[in-house]
Amino acid sequence: MIVFAKPSSGVPSRPSRSKTEQAAPLTATDSLAHIVIVGASLAGMQAAQMLRRGGYDRSLTIIGDEPHYPYDRPPLSKQYLAGSWDESKLRLRAAVDPDELGIDWRIGVPARALELSGSSVMMADGTSIPYDGLIIATGASARRLPGPDLEGVYVVRSLDDARALRDAFDAEPKRVAVIGAGFIGAEVAATARERGLEVTMIEAAKSPLGRVLDTAAGLAIADLHRSHGVDVRLGVGVHSLVSGEGAGAHTVAGVALADGTVVEADVVVVGIGVTPNTGWLEGSGLTIDDGVVCDETCLAAPGVVAAGDVARWPNVRFGEQLTRVEQWDNAVDQGAYVARRLLAEDEVAPFAPVPWFWSDQYDRKIQLAGMPTSSAEVVHGSMAEQRFVQIYGRPDRDELVGALAWNRPRQAVQARQLIEQRATMAEARETLGG
Amino acid sequence: MKIVVDFDLCESNAVCMGIAPEVFEVRDDDFLYILDENPGPELHDRVREAVERCPKQAITLED
Repeated sequence: MIVFAKPSSGVPSRPSRSKTEQAAPLTATDSLAHIVIVGASLAGMQAAQMLRRGGYDRSLTIIGDEPHYPYDRPPLSKQYLAGSWDESKLRLRAAVDPDELGIDWRIGVPARALELSGSSVMMADGTSIPYDGLIIATGASARRLPGPDLEGVYVVRSLDDARALRDAFDAEPKRVAVIGAGFIGAEVAATARERGLEVTMIEAAKSPLGRVLDTAAGLAIADLHRSHGVDVRLGVGVHSLVSGEGAGAHTVAGVALADGTVVEADVVVVGIGVTPNTGWLEGSGLTIDDGVVCDETCLAAPGVVAAGDVARWPNVRFGEQLTRVEQWDNAVDQGAYVARRLLAEDEVAPFAPVPWFWSDQYDRKIQLAGMPTSSAEVVHGSMAEQRFVQIYGRPDRDELVGALAWNRPRQAVQARQLIEQRATMAEARETLGG
Repeated sequence: MKIVVDFDLCESNAVCMGIAPEVFEVRDDDFLYILDENPGPELHDRVREAVERCPKQAITLED
């Protein structure tokens, strides 16, 4: 837990942030009499807000499959699961008063199909909603393990998921097994420990967070959890879930590992990543390949844009490769961008942000800006003291492209700006080191 | 414009500092300091952006 000092005064002079992208002026044209946003999500809500702020005053519909107004997901694995926040604190600020933006809400009913030629969204209840402009922000769903559904097995993606897991934690289980040491798994493990529960975290890779962190930084995460009493098992896959006997045949009793051992657990949390929610778009004519494939301006088809976890586009800052970013800040940024993109009459600069995200585990704040590479060096602090900055260089030339900061938020922000400015590694060492 | 930060919500992600360093500063002690509670009009756009981009929605504005 980080504690904060009272505000002080005194104004140092600093250069203001250089903006590489300027917002295109919004023009509500007659050709866009009705904009439909599929996904009552962070990205979708941000798009709606930006449309209204830019002067778009025509019809705006938001479709959401969950029976909730848009809410914030990061606290689900932390404050909400810990029991320190109730549901009322989760609602996105722009949706606190659902009538404020003049939105026609269609929540609790999923979109089932898209008819591109007829420009309409087919709903699961049989109705169809025509559009002139479409924003796809349907997000992603938690992956589950194959096999029969057992009671006591949870994922954490939606509010309903988190509520069920919180109830299970309230019942004081004997042991919680967390499958997957990604960010969700690691945060759930930390929250469970802080609630005094016994936790085993199981990861098939040699180190936690292997998809984003190098082995040394990943092992520092493992050390952090071990020092808080988590039984961390690395480099061992899951063979299957084990159910109870007799009356407990439909309830989980443990996790059988590939090395033949069994972790007994009455609560199992599966955190093995997400898949983008594109099922409803199959056969629509849009290109679907691990997300909705877009051009560098997030356009998937004429009049159709995508934002947030579901969008896959080339971030030209880092090359031609298609990327899909499952991050809070990207959802905000991209949601705002696609609103401008949809309304702009002139050419719009590509969506080429420097990604950034954070994860809170125990009293550690972990932030990653840009793209990690194998060319990594620690320039500030040390992993042993769990307070450090690690920078990543582009392999083919002398340029900073990423930085990882542990309890160094100030350097994380500086690093993000240095990446934006295409600083050299020497400049990065100079600014972030010491 | 008056800036109010809910210090129970703030987690020092320092996003606000990246957007409006004249107003927000996270120092090496990990605390957020408000350098100017009543920023001039030339800063209003960026302060609003900071309000929006705060991952904890911890910043509010009063008239």
